[in-house]
Amino acid sequence: MPMKISNDKFTDRLETNLKDELMRNAVASAQSRLQSRRSIAAQQLGNWEEWRNHGEEIRKHVLEYLDYYLYELSENVAERGGHVFFAQTEEEAANYITSIAKQKEAKKIVKSKSMVTEEINLNTHLEAIGCSVVETDLGEYILQLDDHDPPSHIIAPALHKNRNQIKDVFADKTAYTNSSKPEELALHARKILREEFLTADIGITGCNFAVAETGSICLVTNEGNADLVTALPKTQITVMGMERLVPTFEEMEVLVSMLTRSAVGQKLTSYITVLTGPKKTIEVDGPEEFHLVIVDNGRSSILGGEFQSILQCIRCAACINTCPVYRHIGGHSYGSIYSGPIGAVLSPLLGGYDDYKELPYASTLCGACTEVCPVKIPLHELLHKHREVIVEKEGRAPISETALMQAFGFGTGKSSVYKLGSKVASTVMKPFVNEEKIKKGPGPLKQWTDYRDFPSPEKERFRDWFEKRSKGGSNHDRS
Amino acid sequence: MFLKVSLFATCLVDMFQSEIGKSTVELLERLDCVIDFPKAQTCCGQPAYNSGYVKVSKEAMKNTIRTFENAEYIVCPSGSCANMIKDYEQIFVHDDIWRERAKAVSSRTYELTQFIVDVLKIENVGAKLNGTATYHPSCHMTRLLQVRNAPKTLLQNVEGLELIELPLKENCCGFGGTFSVKMGQISKQMVDEKVSTVQQTGAHYLIGSDAGCLMNIGGRINRKDLNVQTMHIAEVLNSH
Repeated sequence: MPMKISNDKFTDRLETNLKDELMRNAVASAQSRLQSRRSIAAQQLGNWEEWRNHGEEIRKHVLEYLDYYLYELSENVAERGGHVFFAQTEEEAANYITSIAKQKEAKKIVKSKSMVTEEINLNTHLEAIGCSVVETDLGEYILQLDDHDPPSHIIAPALHKNRNQIKDVFADKTAYTNSSKPEELALHARKILREEFLTADIGITGCNFAVAETGSICLVTNEGNADLVTALPKTQITVMGMERLVPTFEEMEVLVSMLTRSAVGQKLTSYITVLTGPKKTIEVDGPEEFHLVIVDNGRSSILGGEFQSILQCIRCAACINTCPVYRHIGGHSYGSIYSGPIGAVLSPLLGGYDDYKELPYASTLCGACTEVCPVKIPLHELLHKHREVIVEKEGRAPISETALMQAFGFGTGKSSVYKLGSKVASTVMKPFVNEEKIKKGPGPLKQWTDYRDFPSPEKERFRDWFEKRSKGGSNHDRS
Repeated sequence: MFLKVSLFATCLVDMFQSEIGKSTVELLERLDCVIDFPKAQTCCGQPAYNSGYVKVSKEAMKNTIRTFENAEYIVCPSGSCANMIKDYEQIFVHDDIWRERAKAVSSRTYELTQFIVDVLKIENVGAKLNGTATYHPSCHMTRLLQVRNAPKTLLQNVEGLELIELPLKENCCGFGGTFSVKMGQISKQMVDEKVSTVQQTGAHYLIGSDAGCLMNIGGRINRKDLNVQTMHIAEVLNSH
């Protein structure tokens, strides 16, 4: 799956998804559950705002000294017998990884969850050279079985499906005959996946945090699948976005604490796995060969610019879980593997405005995302910044809107123009007024009045009342 | 103590919801304020600013700054517009000419309930209104301006009014200024859910502190012909 998950227009995607009642119910109930768990976990930790400040400080520091820490990380990985490859593009990353697969004559590859491998379309590249790639995160596994249904959420990729739909997928694709009970579904997947782990030639993982000081990588999971992906196959390849590192274990501990609480409201996930290099001679398990692929794919051009703070992201999805727009439209409407507020900021930066220019407008700028972000990314401000760039630097706004906004500037910048305009408004709008309400508005107002009444302009504006009242003294009656 | 208050009524109130402005004036006068309405005021600039037309929006902002820079207290019956004015300081931070003037206005601007509770130090305005009500805490006022408790404090002291908590109260109503027409499809779904949560409370009144949100939710309530009356908090606090 590449980053772009649909060729349909944004409005068409919306229309399809808004009609999908099953998806909308699944998303709304997941949001409610995750939001309340997150908020309880944050309260239990105490001083959440101080933790956020600390989290932000760590991420800002890393970005400021990213070259230094990347160098330290790569030196330490190499010192412990691992190989490091810096990939500037999707192609470079894919070529490196496929060349390892060819060299190992790999037939089967097991993967634990990783958004960056989705971003670089890794499975397609590996399948093109004849490898069978098996996703072992339960959510990803479901989607892979379901004819590569795209992920709709960065940590719960199959969030848009309810358990009956999952049962149907299993029944269709794996001759499953049991019920839609989560335990039975999970047990079934576990049986199948266990075989896959045992017969895989290569294990591929993502990376929640890389620790520069030791060259370690940290994986955060609840299913334990990443442990098998990294323990059983002889070769391990870890793919990480170039910004996903911390200086030492001390910072890792802070960010892991915030990640698990923000993502799923857990103090810790079932597995926090830290791996350092390939298996040593005295160790009994682990890979014989370890490769760390550090992916740029557009990130370095975000660095140093007005969107730099988006690279602070630790992929917890708290912004997605709280977003009132995501709640209704679901992840697939965004057209990118990165959905919700983080996706609406990141996708245009990584994938360009041609495909993603609508996303920054799919927000009321309500600020709910900014409020929950554990590393204090000003998400709604970045969405606004995109709009400013789209309008003022890229000149991509519709002409009708630009004209309207120019008129706004003209009408509100000078009080004389405003006074005249607001005075004649009630006369101009008169043809549309019915019982003091506008029920069928002209132009852009139609989008409003299709669903809601709009108040008609007052014949006596507030300012007229105030002026009359001032002249008539304080006892002037209300009109 | 007769504080001199310069009222920034907002364009929505001036043109579409004058009752909110009238109630604000009468309420503040009852609380011993002297109200001035500087006539040169237009709009805070938010519709253009939020749509990405920053340069255009600065025309409106400069007009607001020119109009209010000598005011002692600028009070606005909208959390969202008050927050926009608060942001002027940051928006003009790189502008040597306007920075200080913007700051003068930003630092003296208050949302209505914030002004009553924090500046006037009044928690009971002596209002009376019989019935059950639910309050929608608007997003910009709550999260950006950080005014969370003042409206609740004032409403709790309204005689005869029983407050019922709104389910999913912090979810946006789907107004979002131009969002409501630019992303009409999404906005509709959001306002519908908001209205259904209002219905769940069974309240007679839906109260809010922002004319924009109330136009949105109220517009949908009217279209559905529901028996819920939408009231701005100024109107509630001015009931007696």
